[in-house]
Amino acid sequence: MDTESQYSGYSYKSSHSRSSRKHRDRRERHRSKSRDGGSSRGDKSVTIQAPGEPLLDNESTRGDDRDDNWGETTTVVTGTSEHSVSNEDLTRVSKELDESSPLECRRFVGPVLSGCLGLFALLTPLAFLLLPQALWETLHPCGTPCEGLYVSLAFKLLVLLISSWALFLRPPRATLPRFFVFRSLLMVLVFLFVASYWLFYSVRVWEPREPEYRVIVEYAASLVDALLFIQYLALVLLEVRHLQPAFCLKVVRTTDGASRFYNVGHLSIQRAAVWILEHYYSDFPVYNPALLNLPKSILSKKMSGFKVYSLGEENSTNNSTGQSRAMIAAAARRRDNSHNEYYYEEAEMERRVRKRKARLVVAVEEAFTHIKRLQDEEQNPSASSPKNPREVMDPREAAQAIFAPMARAMQKYLRTTRQQPYHSMESILTHLQFCITHNMTPKAFLERYLTPGPTLQYQRENGRGRQWTLVSEEPVTSALRQGCTFSLRRLDFALVVTVTPLPFLSLGEEFVDPKSHKFVMRLQSETSV
Amino acid sequence: MSFIPGQPVTAVVQRIEICKLRQCDNLILGFSIGGGIDQDPGQNPFSEDKTDKGIYVTRVSKGGPAEAAGLMIGDKIMQVNGWDMTMVTHDQARKRLTKKNEDVVRLLVTRKSLEDAVRNAMV
Repeated sequence: MDTESQYSGYSYKSSHSRSSRKHRDRRERHRSKSRDGGSSRGDKSVTIQAPGEPLLDNESTRGDDRDDNWGETTTVVTGTSEHSVSNEDLTRVSKELDESSPLECRRFVGPVLSGCLGLFALLTPLAFLLLPQALWETLHPCGTPCEGLYVSLAFKLLVLLISSWALFLRPPRATLPRFFVFRSLLMVLVFLFVASYWLFYSVRVWEPREPEYRVIVEYAASLVDALLFIQYLALVLLEVRHLQPAFCLKVVRTTDGASRFYNVGHLSIQRAAVWILEHYYSDFPVYNPALLNLPKSILSKKMSGFKVYSLGEENSTNNSTGQSRAMIAAAARRRDNSHNEYYYEEAEMERRVRKRKARLVVAVEEAFTHIKRLQDEEQNPSASSPKNPREVMDPREAAQAIFAPMARAMQKYLRTTRQQPYHSMESILTHLQFCITHNMTPKAFLERYLTPGPTLQYQRENGRGRQWTLVSEEPVTSALRQGCTFSLRRLDFALVVTVTPLPFLSLGEEFVDPKSHKFVMRLQSETSV
Repeated sequence: MSFIPGQPVTAVVQRIEICKLRQCDNLILGFSIGGGIDQDPGQNPFSEDKTDKGIYVTRVSKGGPAEAAGLMIGDKIMQVNGWDMTMVTHDQARKRLTKKNEDVVRLLVTRKSLEDAVRNAMV
């Protein structure tokens, strides 16, 4: 029978890989003990033990930890064009984007342009003032009114400069697929404004050679005033308007259902997407593809009708989900009591995790007792034995010294919770060194491994950025409104966002007199007459 | 026996005349009352409407004058000697029933079975 051969083939392979895995395991651990820095490093993140079963690698989704597909977010893939691009195409395209370097500069085109425009606008009043002085001779010098105007001009320019630096000269956090409407509007406004001022200058001041210098100074002062007001407008449009919350966004991750609610103000869809992504990296627990699949024992039990013997390793259960899914369709007519097995499997899994966790905690606590700070040692000289002078170690060596007893427990725990791709031995050692340096307790050291942290914790330093695709039925520069939905897609998962407006609150008032708090007993008496 | 605020209360009543019994310087009637406008009506086991704050007979002692006169447990007392008992406090009710200078009390009491009997007779 088909399933029979498949099944037996699988078990052969897995036993084979398991034995080789044990070999590799032992070898790696041996190597790690003798060498500094641990197991082999590839371009991918490295694990303490062998990577997951070979069968899993081919079909497993590529999680965020793989470095392959990080590129620039410059492709415009919105609306209907999204449907025509398949996953492989996207992978290929982004790989190409990786290699081409000019795209790195495109991130900065916008800010550079607006910077130039701003600089031009700031230098214009100075040009207005200095050009007549430099090039003409017939100028009526003006007295006290000009002095006041000079001072105010200087200070207003200084304020403009400082506030522009503070507000606008920041490295951009994201590149948006379409133009940022408000920003381009403001840039156009500034440009038109300064251009019209130059026009009037050339027509009214330059041509007729206006002799009154006071007029020129007043002209320049009015330009600076107007620039200040434009900056106020920019401040309100770009920074302030979206602060007051108006919508509640529900963000759900498609693969495992992790969801959050956020309150945002009036934003366009693309700006809201950027906002959400910033919060995604610190709020959502990291996406672990290995945790998604039901253990094979549940799914295959009703498929083949054969007995399932788990040969040794407990973690062999997440294999061949592809096979299981194919068999699911075939066995639909069988009696379905897989929920029962699922329940027991879950309970068993939980028990296993807790057992490993207990072992890990004990091992770490014990390991931490082997180390003490030198200053603490010196303060209690009675504790130390004068006969064995302890060698003084720096944090790195101390970390390596106490890592050995807890390594095995840590390995087993990470494997049970399927976290091994995220923590290489090197990273664990670094973290241990960090904790020792800062006098952390074992519990603080373990906090990183016991709960899946936010995605940001697992990112490596990478200046290239993350590629997300905004999929939306409406144009992405339109404002958020009720019932609007869009999704943010990466290669293997997506975030679906739905928008609901926050309800209008009508707040009433009720005054409670403090003297009105009086109480009586509830009576129920019976009298004989 | 529920009432609508603002409307007169109508009920089918039975007249019961109880002669007080003298027992070592006390005049007793032989039953216990509960209820009143200062009491908690929700704890009244005999009322149909749990907001009814009237006076109810909670116990009738055996062989007493009340039992002899035909008073039954769970009766609601509407009048005592002409005095209204539907809107009185517990203490006022007790006082009206235990006046030392009266030997006989004439009660108007109502109970559910009376209403049912009348209704069945009318049908």
